[in-house]
Amino acid sequence: MVDAPTAGSEENAADAFLQGGPSLRNASGPYFGNYGGRWMPESLIAALDEVQDTFEKAKADPDFIAQLKDLNKNYSGRPSLLTEAKRFSEHAGGARIFLKREDLNHTGSHKINNVLGQALLAKRMGKTRVIAETGAGQHGVASATAAALLGLECVVYMGAEDCRRQALNVARMQLLGATVVPVTNGSQTLKDAINDALRDWVSNVENTHYLLGTAAGAHPFPAMVRYFHEVIGEEARSQILEQTGKLPDAIAACIGGGSNAIGLFHAFLDDASVKIYGFEAGGEGVDTGRHAAAITLGRPGVLHGARSYLMQDEDGQTIESHSISAGLDYPSVGPEHSYLADIGRVTYEAVTDTEAMDAFSLLCRTEGIIPAIESSHALAGAIKIGKRLTDGKENPSDVTVIVNLSGRGDKDVETAAAWFNMLDEEGHVKGTTLSTRKPKGPAERTSEAAMDVNEDHN
Amino acid sequence: MTEEFASKSAAAIDRAKAEGRAALVGYLPAGYPTVQESIEAGIALARNGADLIEIGIPYSDPVMDGPVIQAATTEAISNGFRVANVFDVVAGITAVTDAAVLVMTYWNPVMRMGVDEFSRRLAEAGGAGLITPDLVPDEAREWIEASNKYGLDRVFLVAPSSTPERLDMTVKASRGFVYAVSIMGVTGTRTSVSSSAESVVARAHAAGAERVCVGLGVSNPDHVREIAAYADGVIVGTALVAALRDGGVDAVGQLTKNLSAGLGRAAAEA
Repeated sequence: MVDAPTAGSEENAADAFLQGGPSLRNASGPYFGNYGGRWMPESLIAALDEVQDTFEKAKADPDFIAQLKDLNKNYSGRPSLLTEAKRFSEHAGGARIFLKREDLNHTGSHKINNVLGQALLAKRMGKTRVIAETGAGQHGVASATAAALLGLECVVYMGAEDCRRQALNVARMQLLGATVVPVTNGSQTLKDAINDALRDWVSNVENTHYLLGTAAGAHPFPAMVRYFHEVIGEEARSQILEQTGKLPDAIAACIGGGSNAIGLFHAFLDDASVKIYGFEAGGEGVDTGRHAAAITLGRPGVLHGARSYLMQDEDGQTIESHSISAGLDYPSVGPEHSYLADIGRVTYEAVTDTEAMDAFSLLCRTEGIIPAIESSHALAGAIKIGKRLTDGKENPSDVTVIVNLSGRGDKDVETAAAWFNMLDEEGHVKGTTLSTRKPKGPAERTSEAAMDVNEDHN
Repeated sequence: MTEEFASKSAAAIDRAKAEGRAALVGYLPAGYPTVQESIEAGIALARNGADLIEIGIPYSDPVMDGPVIQAATTEAISNGFRVANVFDVVAGITAVTDAAVLVMTYWNPVMRMGVDEFSRRLAEAGGAGLITPDLVPDEAREWIEASNKYGLDRVFLVAPSSTPERLDMTVKASRGFVYAVSIMGVTGTRTSVSSSAESVVARAHAAGAERVCVGLGVSNPDHVREIAAYADGVIVGTALVAALRDGGVDAVGQLTKNLSAGLGRAAAEA
């Protein structure tokens, strides 16, 4: 237990950093300033110790490092590209925007980095079964993938609401041999899926590893998940130096639990000239109460094993978060982000559903890349900071920004089609054979009506 | 130990011990189905044989609870339960019974109110202390200070998975009694009591714990009889919550009476 946060200690940490003080890299936990720790049932402490011990030994074992490198290269397809988004950049004040293409990894997002690492650790611990929670389904798909690859049984907990939003990913997990358990408690989203995964873990800890998908939770998860994602920032840093000859002016990522973000940020934490931005899900707007902006509007509390910023009411009950993006729909955030926010090293801002979907559409149409809605929050943020950083600059193209394109948007096509009013009232895409070629009977009238609507729009 | 620091939970367990039996500890959530009915149910527990009462604070993310308690606490919250109501429940029960009344709570609601403020109000309501399912002694510095200040019991949990070092540390940090988790799992009724329970109790006793109570999965007089043979107290939760759900306050009283029949050491050894 550490002291409650004080303004004094935060200023000191920020000053120390600015004066070239101690490195912010490789923070090992369990605490990140006043955050982190292990607010967990005693029943799970031994398992957490085992994970920590196995992880520390693996990190020091050249065989493990080689195994992970090999999988990253020959299975995931790393290094992922750093793509300059030239047409998209025109909408960001002319700053040069570079996309770190985690969407090109096997399974379509950054999640595979952490999953391969933890699945290897599960094997080392002699576990035969992994469990995972998933929001958007990306971590669930990645977990099911790693489990299939390494011959582990896999059970994925997914909020019932998210199963509906991401039905395609449910099918993908099932095709990969995993069992998907829809969670009907509480808000039926990511936090409730974590609750059920923890209940499973405490009951089956002997043969089961909990493959937590984000840089949150009890120690050692925040530091361990970050470690497996650090490759994102390391690659991006050397790629940008190679492509532009200098460090970027800013880097940006979306924040749910914050694993893709901390993976990108880590390599740049000690580069004082690089501004770092995290974009939380502002949902319908931070003043509507329907959002997932834990750092922007939360206050410190404990959830799922860590002390961190948390959306909670006056009684300490968790407030249900809201976001169009299932992967960001989480009411807390990884503890290292809370620390980086307090010391001022990273700036956290909220991006609304509307801003994210505008950026989603823009990237589709300017770059031919369909981004995940999660990543679209970072894209929307990059437009804002691009405009800000180029304001009054003679050569806006001197400003360079890296955005973590943490995942691809295939899973989000249905959500996007609904958002952009592309569906008829039966949920079919308007103006297509799917919509018009309907069976005889009353349905036909409905589809004609839908076509009329479509024509009106055009 | 001064008079004001005397442990209410320890005293309740010792009274049972003096009668040659284990203590019965009954759990019910505050505010289920309403604040008033939870007070009546708590009183029914005490009047039908419970020596200690655990009043749970309904919480949005109860990771150590199974479906029955989750459903009850979710209903309590949707019926308008507020955390401060727990003090009304504790005061309502302690006003008319001799049972030691502890509060069982996940940590965030305490942290949100302020650990000192929560402790002060609990002591003022006549509460005996706290049982903390997701707070281990490693993170409990603030609670240890506040519980010393207000003379409250600190009931930490030990589990079959606890290492000897952790068991030792947890026993030393606890006051009142140590809560031995009988099984690796969450709350809920089970057909039999895990054999690991007896060994956890023995290890906790060996580590210096004077009073060890066993919980998780205990639901009928046979379970109670089995555990009463080696533990200082037997904790029943889910079965009582289900009784309250299905048969109201009377059913709680009836089940408590049945359970307490299993408490006698002599009966267990026969």
